[in-house]
Amino acid sequence: MKSPVFFLVWIVVAAIVFAFGLYLKNDYFFFAGYTVLQYVVLATGWNILGGYTGYVNFGSAAFFAMGAYASVVMHKVAPLPVPLLIIIGGIVSGLVGLGMGYLTLRLRGAFFAIATLALAVVLQTLIVNWDFVGGSRGAYIIRPNTLDIAGLQIPYIEYLFALMLILAVCALTVARIVERSRLGFGFATIRDDEVAAEACGVPTLRLKLMATTLSGALMGMAGAPFPYYIGYLQPSSAFGLEYAVNSIAMPMIGGTTSWVGPLIGAIVLGTLQQVATVTISSAVNLLIVGLLLTGFVIIAPNGILGLIHKFRGQSDADKVGRRVIRETP
Amino acid sequence: MGVTTDLFINAIIAGILLGGFYAAVTIGISISFGILDIVNIAHPAFVILGSYIAYLLNVSLGIDPILASVVALPAFFALGMAVYQLYYSSFEKFGQEALRGLAFFFGLLFITEVVLILAFGVDYRYVHTPYIDTTLHFGFVDIPLRMLVPCVVALLLVVGLIIYLGRTFTGRAIMAVAQDQHALKFVSADPIKIKRIAFGISIATASIAGALLIVIQPVEPSVGREYIGRVFAICVLGGMQSLPGTLIGAMLLGIMESLTATFYGPSWAPAVAFGFLLLTLAFRPQGLFGR
Repeated sequence: MKSPVFFLVWIVVAAIVFAFGLYLKNDYFFFAGYTVLQYVVLATGWNILGGYTGYVNFGSAAFFAMGAYASVVMHKVAPLPVPLLIIIGGIVSGLVGLGMGYLTLRLRGAFFAIATLALAVVLQTLIVNWDFVGGSRGAYIIRPNTLDIAGLQIPYIEYLFALMLILAVCALTVARIVERSRLGFGFATIRDDEVAAEACGVPTLRLKLMATTLSGALMGMAGAPFPYYIGYLQPSSAFGLEYAVNSIAMPMIGGTTSWVGPLIGAIVLGTLQQVATVTISSAVNLLIVGLLLTGFVIIAPNGILGLIHKFRGQSDADKVGRRVIRETP
Repeated sequence: MGVTTDLFINAIIAGILLGGFYAAVTIGISISFGILDIVNIAHPAFVILGSYIAYLLNVSLGIDPILASVVALPAFFALGMAVYQLYYSSFEKFGQEALRGLAFFFGLLFITEVVLILAFGVDYRYVHTPYIDTTLHFGFVDIPLRMLVPCVVALLLVVGLIIYLGRTFTGRAIMAVAQDQHALKFVSADPIKIKRIAFGISIATASIAGALLIVIQPVEPSVGREYIGRVFAICVLGGMQSLPGTLIGAMLLGIMESLTATFYGPSWAPAVAFGFLLLTLAFRPQGLFGR
């Protein structure tokens, strides 16, 4: 399937989801759905760096929060429509990603992960001490209840939901394009053996910077509309640990090697958490994520995707092996 | 002597005392991450678990929390061995420890935290001992016993471990695992068994560190998160494998945090410590005292 076709197919799917929401006439569907979609974007963004190149980013919450706080700043300086804010949030977090990439060029494996954790704390401290965006007290964003588009009064939450749907489709398309391009193959060589890749002439340095930037930008875009969704943004909620955990757990549970993995993981885990929040309590959310994450990495290292492959009797290794045998004569 | 000088000296002393405690929290990471190359990001959660065990024994039986943590040592040692066995058979054996191992410990962190929340709630818990409310005064210098006792216990722990790792056969074997795992087989020591023991020791230190933590401040289940970055910062600053390096790194971080908190306000303290870690990682990844 060509990328434009892929994009159009998913836009149609998104339109169906939106229409279903309108048919339900239930505001909660939009509220909960927005969170799940936000996780689809976050998980897809994380996976570009974490899944494709194998660099674990523990600081997803910081990228998310930078996107959100970019919107807060813009709201105070010059209020813009939310789609523009998403682009600005993406640029800001992309730049943070680029900076992080430069700072951590020499770090591999666990050291990189620890550096991202440290970066998140430093950024959070800066925001907490920055009075312009409300410091630790937080900032209020007053948003209208409805949005006027061509004379139609659209509830604001439906507007945000629609934006997030489009953003999720864009993120999936980008991830799929990256995965199937030379860029994606380059990322995969870094994941498999960085030293060998470098020796073969793969520009690992440039590729890593592209991965951190792209991944950061997507996570920032996921965060940009957040202040308008929640109405009141404080550092502890924007930098919340649940974003860091979920953006790691969702791709790991879904499967990290393909764009489908984060999508499956985000929908399954995101929905499960929404249900658990309503029926049990929000503390149990973390337990669910923790148990699923540990369970999956131990029992099904390749996530749900890996399980599906296994069920069909064609593990990745098998496929490669068969192809080799067929090509030998 | 101006007021600023007084403040400065008090901040330095508070920093050293705090640093001693940080060393106790970090020493387990220095063993697991520095020596065994296991990124046990869940270590702070085990420390909090240690705090709650000490709290339980203190409240129900009235035992001193630090003594209680010593009683709990064998249990923590066994827990550590079990965790390592699971980690080894699921990840290390297949060489998959990098990404999945990290995720495994990340998950473990949340499981421990939520289990504690479900068992004890999110209220702050504290312990009662005679020395918690006493403060020694030397002129303008104040030394609260609440900080001094943990610092002394931490120093004893670190020195004890240095002696153990340097003088005993098992200790030396643990140091050898870090250098060449296969060479260890020539002295008829099973590297996996040695690693299991070492990881058990690393988790056992969390018991003591946890008791020290609850002596210093009231504890609730998510306090451990603050320590994730801090312990790795200290471990990296100290040059990973070196236990004396860990002690110096911990003191440095304690003093930096204490000075920042005194002169610029507590809300800036994390930025200084973590900024220092970022710069160290970026420009001197082998640590301040590494080769």
